Amino acid sequence: MSTVQEHPTPAAHPRGATAVEIVGAGRVFGGRSAPVVALEDVDLTVAAGEFVSLIGPSGCGKSTLLRLVADLDQPTSGTVRVFGGSARDARLARDYGIAFQQAGLLPWRTVRANVELPLALAGTGRASRRERADELLAMVGLTEFAEHHPDQLSGGMQQRVAIARALADSPSLLLMDEPFGALDEMTREHLQAQLLRICAETRAAVVFVTHSIPEAVFLSDRVVVMSPRPGRIRQVVDVTLDRSGAATPGSGPHDDAGDDLRTDAAFVAAVAAVRTALHGGGTGPRGVDLR
Amino acid sequence: MTRSPVAGAARQVLPPVVLLAALLGAWHGAVVLGDVPPFVLPGPAAIGDQVVTYREAISSAALVTGRNAALGLLVGSVLGVLLAVVAAAVHLLDVLAEPVVAALAVVPIVALAPVLYAMYGAGSEQARVVVAALAVFVPVYVTTLRGLRQVRPVHRDLMAALAASRVQVARTVTIPTAVPFVFTGLRMASSLAVISAIVAEYFGGPRSGIGSFITTAAAGSNYAQAWAYVLGGIAVGLTFYAVTATAEHLATRRAGP
Repeated sequence: MSTVQEHPTPAAHPRGATAVEIVGAGRVFGGRSAPVVALEDVDLTVAAGEFVSLIGPSGCGKSTLLRLVADLDQPTSGTVRVFGGSARDARLARDYGIAFQQAGLLPWRTVRANVELPLALAGTGRASRRERADELLAMVGLTEFAEHHPDQLSGGMQQRVAIARALADSPSLLLMDEPFGALDEMTREHLQAQLLRICAETRAAVVFVTHSIPEAVFLSDRVVVMSPRPGRIRQVVDVTLDRSGAATPGSGPHDDAGDDLRTDAAFVAAVAAVRTALHGGGTGPRGVDLR
Repeated sequence: MTRSPVAGAARQVLPPVVLLAALLGAWHGAVVLGDVPPFVLPGPAAIGDQVVTYREAISSAALVTGRNAALGLLVGSVLGVLLAVVAAAVHLLDVLAEPVVAALAVVPIVALAPVLYAMYGAGSEQARVVVAALAVFVPVYVTTLRGLRQVRPVHRDLMAALAASRVQVARTVTIPTAVPFVFTGLRMASSLAVISAIVAEYFGGPRSGIGSFITTAAAGSNYAQAWAYVLGGIAVGLTFYAVTATAEHLATRRAGP
């Protein structure tokens, strides 16, 4: 089932219950003389509609792992399957939406044209493209900035545009590589709450790379804790939080950003569990945000 | 304290105008009081007088030189852009062209003018256009090729993630990234085109452009007249620069990160 004839409805997930299936994946950079093992023997399955975070210190290969899923890089061993097919087929079928650490907007296009980009490349008609862009810009609260150019927007607003762009083609898988990494704490918590709401609405599976423990816990169903050099999965922490409050649609631009949830006892316990997992294993948690 | 836009503009424009007037006054004073002979330096009044007297001859000469420079700029930049596009796509050609372009960059191109007059005939403007085109080619080629290689990694990843075809990548990312670089090359090349067109006239050819009249006037001891033609050459150069700089500004406006 590697080719797709129609848009999947997120609720049904016609291509089975598995979004991503990684088996024994490894990635070695460099030549034979000085190989650098970025990833080793990684097994991970992400169910449809599931939110999974990859967390670990700098250089643990979490971004590399995400790039393997996106087929922007290929594993040197093992397999990566996306919706039952190869990662390459999924990329060529535009099965996933992606957001990078940098917003990566095209500066010569308006905000609207940036959001429309995936649809324009897929050959969607002008009218439906515009309609979808308006819908997404409303979703991320940037309707009045549609005709602006990216350089007129703040970093947080640019990142919201990038997220809207990632969602343009209604993907049932969303890949995010530290999309809030460069933002201040307040903007960040606000965007996290928005992302939770969007995910509740679209029911897309998400693979989310971060180095912030609270961010991972706040967003995820499961937090995958990785260790550096070689990058391996050290532990998977299940998070069970009642997110019904944080993911309420229609909250304004200055909603509480899930403040109740962040002070919840289960949240604090999960943060402690992830922190313990990160610290365990001898090497210190270099580059990990312990806030 | 609020300032009106008129006052703001005056504050910007007035200082250089005052400075220019003071310099002209000092020049005039030095020439008159110091009794400087005109072959050393004619006074601004004498030059101004010549500009008025020969205004039609100067403007027609400026048009001839400007036309040569414009044609050279057009031909040279079209060739430069086309070859850069091919070199960016075909690595082998890039490797082959690199030393040739480097060699071309250090050749004093106006020195080719006498040879080209022999090729095209002494009555033809062609040689001057060729000289200008050759001078323009190198900066346009180099900056365009550079611009075509400036695509940001995040944009390249994005295009891959969106499964964009080669044509789509070129249209969506590569060309818009390169365009400001092309215009920077054009701006640098525009001055070169005018200089080359004028200097090429020093080496012979028909007596039609600014350069030929400067040499003629100087040879005939009409120093103020020679200076008047120099002013015509400056006007052509400034026009070219202003047009290409404006084009560059428009092209670069949205090219930030």
